[in-house]
Amino acid sequence: MQPSSPLNPDSPQAQAIAHLFVIVLIALAVIFVVVASLVLIASFRYRQRPGAALPRQNFGSTKVEIAWTIPPILLLVFLFVVTVQAMRRSDPWPGNRAPDLVITAHQWWWEAQYPAANVVVANEIHIPTDRAMLVRLQSADVIHDWWVPQLGRKMDAVPGHPNHFWIEADVPGTFLGTCAEYCGLEHAWMRIEVVAQPPAEFQSWLAAQQVIPPPPAGGDAAAGAKLFDQFTCINCHAIAGTPARAAIGPDLTHFASRETLASGRMPNTPENLARWLTDPQTIKPGVNMPDFHLTAEQVRLLVAYLETRR
Amino acid sequence: MSDIPLVPETAGLMAVPESHAGALSWVATVDHKRIGILYLIVAFFFFGVGGLEALLMRIQLARPNLHFLSPGAFDQLFTMHGTTMIFFFAMPVLTGAANYLVPLMIGSRDVAFPRLNAMTLWLLVFGGLLLYFSFLAGGAPDVGWFSYAPLSEKPFSTNLGVDYYAIGLLVAGIGSVLAAINLVVTILNLRAPGLSIRRLPLFVWMVMVTQIMILLALPALNVSLCMLLIDRLMHGHFFVPMAGGSALLWQHFFWSFGHPEVYIVILPAFGMISEVIPVFSRKPIYGYEFVAASTVAIGVLSFGVWAHHMFAVGLGHSFDIMFAIGSMLIAIPTGVKIFNWIATMWQGSIRFTTSMLFAVGFLLMFTIGGLSGVSLAIFPVDWQVTDTYYLVAHLHYVLFGGTVMAFFAGLYYWFPKVSGRMLSERLGQWHFWLTLVGMNMTFLDQHILGLLGMPRRVYTYPNLPDWATLNMISTIGAFVLAVAMLILLWNVAVSLRSGEPAGDNPWGAWTLEWATTSPPPPHNFELVPPVRSRRPLWDLQHPEDPDWKREHH
Repeated sequence: MQPSSPLNPDSPQAQAIAHLFVIVLIALAVIFVVVASLVLIASFRYRQRPGAALPRQNFGSTKVEIAWTIPPILLLVFLFVVTVQAMRRSDPWPGNRAPDLVITAHQWWWEAQYPAANVVVANEIHIPTDRAMLVRLQSADVIHDWWVPQLGRKMDAVPGHPNHFWIEADVPGTFLGTCAEYCGLEHAWMRIEVVAQPPAEFQSWLAAQQVIPPPPAGGDAAAGAKLFDQFTCINCHAIAGTPARAAIGPDLTHFASRETLASGRMPNTPENLARWLTDPQTIKPGVNMPDFHLTAEQVRLLVAYLETRR
Repeated sequence: MSDIPLVPETAGLMAVPESHAGALSWVATVDHKRIGILYLIVAFFFFGVGGLEALLMRIQLARPNLHFLSPGAFDQLFTMHGTTMIFFFAMPVLTGAANYLVPLMIGSRDVAFPRLNAMTLWLLVFGGLLLYFSFLAGGAPDVGWFSYAPLSEKPFSTNLGVDYYAIGLLVAGIGSVLAAINLVVTILNLRAPGLSIRRLPLFVWMVMVTQIMILLALPALNVSLCMLLIDRLMHGHFFVPMAGGSALLWQHFFWSFGHPEVYIVILPAFGMISEVIPVFSRKPIYGYEFVAASTVAIGVLSFGVWAHHMFAVGLGHSFDIMFAIGSMLIAIPTGVKIFNWIATMWQGSIRFTTSMLFAVGFLLMFTIGGLSGVSLAIFPVDWQVTDTYYLVAHLHYVLFGGTVMAFFAGLYYWFPKVSGRMLSERLGQWHFWLTLVGMNMTFLDQHILGLLGMPRRVYTYPNLPDWATLNMISTIGAFVLAVAMLILLWNVAVSLRSGEPAGDNPWGAWTLEWATTSPPPPHNFELVPPVRSRRPLWDLQHPEDPDWKREHH
């Protein structure tokens, strides 16, 4: 996988910023080389020689001051112009359009809704590669920040102040991101995965998200479903097709279809799920999900159930 | 001929009712020199504490997924590191230096309000104690030095840490405002005859502009802290969105203080550089008027750029453009200074004492920080790199490469005046080179970490390619810096005891503080030399070519 760097753009928005960044870095590097050279040359050429006379007491020259003030001003004017261009390309005005995707930041996970398709997911967001989607970004608690470097700018999720940005990918792939505004104990593990898919694949993913997995027929999975209900999991988590409707924790309807667990904390495998259920606090200390002191058997059954939520 | 009486009449002078021996005399002192030294001691103490906090964090971050510190402990450490370094190291170290040096540099006997001066010191000490008491009262603040709402509000921060933060900073903040009043009045009213404002040493000039900025900026912080306390303790909701308040309002208020604040902690450092470079280049400062005027420009502009800390908040393109223009403009007066300092060195006769080494190091390191700052003013770039390690790198280049290195240049320059002894040049060389290497090892690679996607304020990170290596280099660099600081401490301790006696003017400098003994007597001067230019001692040493005979004086 390519590094998740702004200098590795994979969208028109990120490309516009990267282009600007390269211009800026070159300009600044040139300035630094000039300044550093002057400092080092002065240091060597004018170091005190033994028996040296007092140097000429030069108090300055207005002409010189003007001469070295003008070029930086001109450079800044140029940089300002390219800045505004990049601003327009990387962050086009959304207008009054309804959002395609509504992302709500929580301590410490991401909720995403596709309003048109009536789909709710958590942490792993899919987008098609053939168009830009308008995202409405909001927060359920404190200030967070959405940042996927290869796809574009970061944008704060501010409670009481919804923001909008465009998300788009040139190529299919998985793009890593992270929360980028300190939001409490587990800010470090509020990671983001954006999966960009060709249009047909995206549509089938979306369709699969609309399907409600039936309740398990029997066996361990059914026993696990009963435990899910019994252990107050439904107080925080929603699973479509069951009475569980709460939106305090991530929606688990299609939990097993996701690549990572706990917002990018670890790969989503049955073993890791078992570890998580045994005590979430050892994996993501401070997370809002308490230690339920489940027995190993209860964990096993719950894992069996959740693995059917694909 | 001079119109100053050459022999002062001592009969009418009142003796200051103050003892000068014993530890208690230091506690009760109202002498600006002692108060200045106490400020510096307090600042160094907190520098050590803040440095330790940084080392602990760097240990935790040396490898991915370490469990050296819990997330809660890490969050308290980065909050306290930032708060300590800004409020209890950077501001006091510069205020302390100003306290000591300004009366001497303007030929005055003390500051305008000596007892107020003492009070500001003790307000600083008690503010710091209150802040640190939080560790014993349920936990230090853990919401960042900038304490964004609503994370800092009661639903999300239930322990007392944020309350101690607010109250501790209020106490210290009141001290800062009072000290600012004191210094401004001193500079305006107590200058020696002949020392017009246009002849002020640049350190004094920059201190004056800084203190005026403090008068305007600190109240914004003090008021915001009161509002936060009202929210937290009295069920207010200024900044609580769920109750109709605004999280963004806190940011606007805080950064209205916070941005001028960062110039407050760099301008006096610029002043020190403006004293050191001319003396060790054996030439006057090039372009005095332009260096002075650019200081005022920076002071004024600094109040109009605060929302460049909020580019990612979603204020709208018009806002972003407005603040980008201001932020880019402020680079110009800063650049003018850099050019003038280089021009001062140009065709000079440069002595590379440790002080001058730090000044040259400052020029290079601060330029890096200033340039990365320009890249951040270009807000689409900021949209990518703000809140990442790129920003952590920027702020440390301007604060460590800027304020700290400039302060070290000043320390090696003025230590002989304060103590009567020279610091060891040999130990100074070790201190300088280890600082330069350590600083770059710690912070240069952080630019790259930010560009690889590493956010800031994280207690650990995933094992992505190169993140672990770069973090390890940064951690090693931090320990190199720690060794450099220990060498400085050793240098100070050894030199106080057995350093070479300094004499009145070991560097052949030209401003008034060098016209008295080292250390100065309690009343500072037996006789203040006549002042007819910016370099009164040059005029005395070169009666055939005094500055006041030239156009510029």
